[in-house]
Amino acid sequence: MKNKKLLSLPYLIWMIGFTVIPLILILWYGFVDSTGAFTWDNILAIFRSEHLKPLGISLALSAASTVLCLLIGYPLALILRKAHIKKSGLIIFVFILPMWMNFLLRTYAWLNLLDDGGLILNIAQALGFRGNIVGTNGAILLGMVYNYLPFMILPLHNSISAIDDNVLNAARDLGANETQVNTRVILPLSVPGIISGVTMVFVPSLTTFVISDILGGRKVLLIGNIIEQEFSTASNWNLGSGLSLILMVFILISMAILNRYDKEGSTLA
Amino acid sequence: MKKRILAVVLCVLLASLAVVPGCGKEEKKVLKVYNWGEYIDEDLIAEFEKEYGIDVIYDTFATNEEMYPRIEADSSLYDVICPSEYMVEKMMKNGLLQEIDHTKLSNWKNIGESYLKILSDYIDPDNKYLVPYCWGTVGILYNTKLVDEEVDSWGILWDEKYAGSILMQDSVRDAFMVAQKYLGYSLNDTDQTHLEECAELLRQQYPLVKSYVIDEVRDKMIAGNTALGVIYSGEYLYCLEMNEDLAYALPKEGSNVWYDGWVITKNSKNVEEAYLWIDFLLRAENAAKNFDYITYPTPNVAAREFIDEEILNDQAVFPEDEQLKNCEMYIYLGQEAENRYYELWKTVK
Repeated sequence: MKNKKLLSLPYLIWMIGFTVIPLILILWYGFVDSTGAFTWDNILAIFRSEHLKPLGISLALSAASTVLCLLIGYPLALILRKAHIKKSGLIIFVFILPMWMNFLLRTYAWLNLLDDGGLILNIAQALGFRGNIVGTNGAILLGMVYNYLPFMILPLHNSISAIDDNVLNAARDLGANETQVNTRVILPLSVPGIISGVTMVFVPSLTTFVISDILGGRKVLLIGNIIEQEFSTASNWNLGSGLSLILMVFILISMAILNRYDKEGSTLA
Repeated sequence: MKKRILAVVLCVLLASLAVVPGCGKEEKKVLKVYNWGEYIDEDLIAEFEKEYGIDVIYDTFATNEEMYPRIEADSSLYDVICPSEYMVEKMMKNGLLQEIDHTKLSNWKNIGESYLKILSDYIDPDNKYLVPYCWGTVGILYNTKLVDEEVDSWGILWDEKYAGSILMQDSVRDAFMVAQKYLGYSLNDTDQTHLEECAELLRQQYPLVKSYVIDEVRDKMIAGNTALGVIYSGEYLYCLEMNEDLAYALPKEGSNVWYDGWVITKNSKNVEEAYLWIDFLLRAENAAKNFDYITYPTPNVAAREFIDEEILNDQAVFPEDEQLKNCEMYIYLGQEAENRYYELWKTVK
């Protein structure tokens, strides 16, 4: 018994040192002002328009990128299920491959494609497009979908490919056509995969500041950028922490909603 | 002088250069120098070492803010440092620097009077702490192929004609400076109604701006598709070399003028060597050589005889005193005022 407890010690230290203490620090900074006196100001600051607007854009963009990733990823996962095992391995490999490269480099590569003199902008201009791509919400959305798509595909693939063929055959035996098999059998059974995919795309999209920094031309501020700048350029840790807490609330809410569906999914399975 | 990506790379390279071992006979004299990345012609370091038999330990930083806490923790860490003027002010106030004895600098006279005066007026009375090294202004870099009118006012940055083709600085003070000068205010103004007026002006500009930039302004202007960009004058010669269509204008409403310069730390253990270093760099021919390499304007008047006539006559690099009459230096406004700037800046985007 004693040995078992000892084994968990490294994890305990890890969790306390790198999760619990930092969280307490953020809580502390979030609820005091620069003199150390208690205040609600850092939390209520979210209601100021210069913070509400970035939060709104962040929520909208991360919701959009999650939906897009799901729309792209789900059919792919269905195809992968039907594909030969060797072939599906290759396809997954191709989708994962870019993740071996640094995330920043890939985003800078997109900047080069979309910015002045970039291949994509040149083609767009040849087709009559006027204006800039970099610095728009669209460019940021593209960056999010590109960077986070593998995080959607993998859990979807895992849950869909794990469905037993016999289950589907039983459905067909009982008279279900292919559409019904997909919507009434595969879809409910893949809910856990959808949930974890959605979480893994939505949460990093909501908190990102690098993608918007690079592809947004610093014109578009997401809530992540605001928080990052409070810590770096403005050196106002109190406000930065307060806004981080608000963001955490949004993440917790989304997790809670998703978890409810997840439970239903599990009982169905 | 702003951070450059290359600075990091250079830092590593230089650090490895700096560990060339001495012969180990008797204790060799050393000098610990802390400078911006890419901010010296490295040949000069070798020449200095050879001439005086002093080992130079040379390190670089990318931002003033990165340098400051290290010196605050231990001001004997380096002997000579080259910060920007506003950071010198802070270091002065916090007692991290020692006064400089001008009589120990035989080349002190090489520095132009007007440069010393403005520094003395704003931050360093009687030039007791800072020996100016490079200086410059903030202005508009424009592409003559895309802009065929004369550029002489910040107002052009609000011209609908150039919508989507304007690059603004992303740092708070620099962005506000443009609006403040355009409206005729001081760039050290802290009056809330004035600041709100500036923020409103910047909000009107927002839809016309292509992106808010820091160092990328160089590359984006060189690429040639952008009409106007707010930039540090020191970057201009480099940009011109890369793209001859570019020109620099210092707006008539005035601008920010900035300085970087050498200071000696309070607890320096190699003060004599530090004087030798500063004096060495103040030599006219060395200053000229250095200018050739880093292309940031030098306040060393004597160096001008070694500099190309063409560059000397370029008012972008060496503006006349008349052009500088509306220019001001940033002074530290205190945390409360800086916060107000920043809060308003967030409402712009």
